[in-house]
Amino acid sequence: MTAPAPDSVAGIAAGLARGDFSAEEVARRFLARIEALDSRFNSYITVTAERAIEEARRADDARRRGSAGFLAGVPVAHKDLFCTRGVRTTCGSRMLANHVAAYDATVVELLRRSGMVTLGKTNLDEFAMGSSTESSHFGPVCNPWDPERVAGGSSGGSAAAVAAGLAPVATATDTGGSIRQPAALCGLTGLKPTYGRVSRHGLVAFASSFDQGGLLARSAEDVALVLGEMAGFDERDSTSLDAPVDDYRARLEAPIAGLRIGLVEEQFEDGVEAGVREAVGAAVRVLEGLGATVRPIRLEYADVGIPTYYMLAPAECSSNLSRFDGVRYGFRAPGVSSVEELYVESRTQGFGVEVKRRILAGTYALSKGYYDAYYGKAQRLRRLIADDYRRAFEEVDVIAGPTTPTPAFRLGDRLDDPIAMYLADVFTVGVNLAGLCAVSVPAGFAGSLPVGLQLTGNHLEEARLLNVAHRFQQATDWHLARPPLAEPAGGTPAGRTQDGGTRGGGTQGAAGASEPGPTPAARGRR
Amino acid sequence: MNAWQPVIGLEVHARLLTRSKLFSGAPAGYGAAPNTRACAIDLGFPGVLPVLNREAVRMAVRFGLAVGARIAPRCIFARKNYFYPDLPKGYQISQYEDPITAGGSITIEPAGGPRRDIGLVRAHLEEDAGRSVHEGFGRGTGIDLNRAGTPLLEIVTEPAIHGAAEAAACMRKIHTLVRWLGICDGNMQEGSFRCDANVSVRPAGSQTLGPRSEIKNVNSFRFVERAIGYEIERQIDLIESGGEVVQETRLYDPDRHETRPMRDKEDADDYRYFPDPDLLPVAVGEAFVAEVRDGLPELPDARRDRLAGQYGLGAADAAQLVSYREVADYFEAAAEAAGSAGSEDAADAARLTANWVNGELAGALNREGLRIDEARVTAGQLGRLVRRIADGTVSGRMAKAVFDAMWGSGEEPDAIIEARGLRQVTDAGEIEGLVDAVLDAHPAQVDQYLGGAEKVLGFFVGQVMKRSGGKADPRQANRTLRERLARRRDEPPAGQTP
Repeated sequence: MTAPAPDSVAGIAAGLARGDFSAEEVARRFLARIEALDSRFNSYITVTAERAIEEARRADDARRRGSAGFLAGVPVAHKDLFCTRGVRTTCGSRMLANHVAAYDATVVELLRRSGMVTLGKTNLDEFAMGSSTESSHFGPVCNPWDPERVAGGSSGGSAAAVAAGLAPVATATDTGGSIRQPAALCGLTGLKPTYGRVSRHGLVAFASSFDQGGLLARSAEDVALVLGEMAGFDERDSTSLDAPVDDYRARLEAPIAGLRIGLVEEQFEDGVEAGVREAVGAAVRVLEGLGATVRPIRLEYADVGIPTYYMLAPAECSSNLSRFDGVRYGFRAPGVSSVEELYVESRTQGFGVEVKRRILAGTYALSKGYYDAYYGKAQRLRRLIADDYRRAFEEVDVIAGPTTPTPAFRLGDRLDDPIAMYLADVFTVGVNLAGLCAVSVPAGFAGSLPVGLQLTGNHLEEARLLNVAHRFQQATDWHLARPPLAEPAGGTPAGRTQDGGTRGGGTQGAAGASEPGPTPAARGRR
Repeated sequence: MNAWQPVIGLEVHARLLTRSKLFSGAPAGYGAAPNTRACAIDLGFPGVLPVLNREAVRMAVRFGLAVGARIAPRCIFARKNYFYPDLPKGYQISQYEDPITAGGSITIEPAGGPRRDIGLVRAHLEEDAGRSVHEGFGRGTGIDLNRAGTPLLEIVTEPAIHGAAEAAACMRKIHTLVRWLGICDGNMQEGSFRCDANVSVRPAGSQTLGPRSEIKNVNSFRFVERAIGYEIERQIDLIESGGEVVQETRLYDPDRHETRPMRDKEDADDYRYFPDPDLLPVAVGEAFVAEVRDGLPELPDARRDRLAGQYGLGAADAAQLVSYREVADYFEAAAEAAGSAGSEDAADAARLTANWVNGELAGALNREGLRIDEARVTAGQLGRLVRRIADGTVSGRMAKAVFDAMWGSGEEPDAIIEARGLRQVTDAGEIEGLVDAVLDAHPAQVDQYLGGAEKVLGFFVGQVMKRSGGKADPRQANRTLRERLARRRDEPPAGQTP
């Protein structure tokens, strides 16, 4: 077994435990990289440097006293949809551009309590509505693998930050694919837990019955280490699941021989780019090589996933975003002379195009006379889609397929075509509709761009997904590949690049134990 | 001229007496400085989530069981979407389809009318909004969110009420019930108990409903009756003069005694209700319902009937005693102290007790604006006073003086009777002495009486009372006077020659 990469969660935690470096050194190293490199990617909206140093010192103190937990001193970045007390929480919107949260989200609180060090808040599509992180009020995020391309969305900032080595792990949220799709596009491991596994308290709502917090990291192991700290029942979230939390870390190494994998035929057909199909097909064969068996399954209602999702999620969003009215907090349009005008102008100016599009669509779907035809019908389809999965999981343990039909597309390409943008989520929304868990794992490259393998599990099967993903990552090294752009100029090319294959071909990925200091690359942002 | 039938349905909002709000831990209850009883959830901050207050569910179930409603095994909270400055989230969490209770009825006895059951459509839980404050902010408006998130039980009657007095009776009945159950303090000034009335009229005999107007937030029984009365007349006048009633919301102005159309959020009547995805359906289990049922007190109607039967009270007295549970409790405690149950005398004592509770005590409480649990005379003390009336120790009139003294000092009746020498003179010899002295002092009146002017007897009674300092038992004085006068007719006193 290879030692974990030194800038991974596992690598940093091990180094801190051995005393190779201090938490403060780690924090300073990442802060310096952010300072030097993030102008290329725009992955952070807010960098909390002082707080990070302070928290790192506290972690070092705790370690000296012997009271540090495993993750104490490991940095993390939070998607700027999670409330952070005393730190502005913008949701990528002009509406909340200056909103300082009054409390910590449960996820933030739990990770802080575990000793993790907050580097800052990452960029996202406005209120998490988007698949490219181009709808952010704070500008688009660029994909570290190709700055001309999107990092995916809505958790594009979290994905770009981890891919570029500006954070070892980042929290993210997934309403229709917002963790898995950017994970796929940025070559990361991204887990969307079962609905209710991670508390939504303090997670600013987009579509409440879909939203779920999760993680973006390099490896399944890193996800497992952090997920264990943030999953669990929260009495402050009525939809949170009161079920015991598995020991994700302990189950990573279990053999997967006999694992039953289901494949959905349509996900390997023409609508999917050839490079993606090939990479995912090869990944499935790796799993077969590890003893898994493969069988075809049918998801009868898969083709109505997108319309169902785009009926229900905007309906919930139209109501959830009503509170942003300029009355109590957030953006208030100046120069208005009536309450009516205050609402109209604050919301017209405070929200971006995509958010307004969804509010309008959702309002329409809930309107008198249309409710049954739209919202009501979509709810019934949602149940049918969930039934599809329930039946499938009577026959298989996980469902495997591509996370997205294409790798990262060009910035701006789909901005004028919302339907094309929405189709980026065609393979991911079903999981949210059914409330299941799924993980996207790096599975190779289509040309120079990363491809994601999506593994979908039944309710509360996170441990199994992480186990399968980890075994896959022990057999491959796609997850160790690093975007060349994120390498400091003059640094050793550590990871393998896009033309790699499965492990066996050398020592790629195991970077040296001592990380050279970052050197800002000359290349600026587009 | 047509005969019109008014059709009225009520929507009563009762603020539930929970310690905290319906979906947050902030304290519920009125009266604090603005915005000091509102937490992040009540303010609708980004990222907050509602968590249902179980106590509010218990109270709603309590009400449902008391009116014989069906308790939904699974009820759903829905969002009612509209923009208003004092509605922090841009939606109110309420119940739409699948309310916590459905059906049931209450019985009303309108003055002069027969007893009637009014069906209930439903009772559901919802959160209250905040308040807009228009004074003191110049051209602006202040927002106080203390009330935001306070639990309300909205009780909806069938449109089965056919007059203003019936509507008021119905509202009173619900008012009594929610306080009786301990789920609402019924304070109408503070808005803890509010009523909207849907009013329409139709030709007598018609089964279809006419267009209705909704009269909002009427905060007293009297105003409900007057507002509805006004609205019925307005609609009839309008139709008879060739106009049409439009469906609208109207506000009652008690100063001008009229209703006026209201211009506000109600204009937009598409609330886009949908199930609140932040709250799972609430399962109300059979065990929970059974537990609530076991904890139900004897209900007002049952208690009224029992009081009437057990104590031999008149219907009006019994009904008045159950207007508040505390009054009924007070009465029963006082009746017990007044005399042991079972005998003829005990029934007299109970009726006397009822008179005192509904009369003197109610008057004293009213004068000082006190609730019965603040009464300065305890139930035991009142009962012991009644006992002294029943056993002839004091007359009814003397008892009033004793009661006043008790009210002022809190002392026991016997102590006051003793200390003030208020004990009634019942000793036969003593009364005879008084009577003889009076008759001797007024020979002319004796002659009148003996000559057939029996009404002079009242004069003698008055003189006896006067001589006794008011302590003579008037009944006994009366009896003795008749006896002594009769004797004088038969055998004139010595020394008197025919």
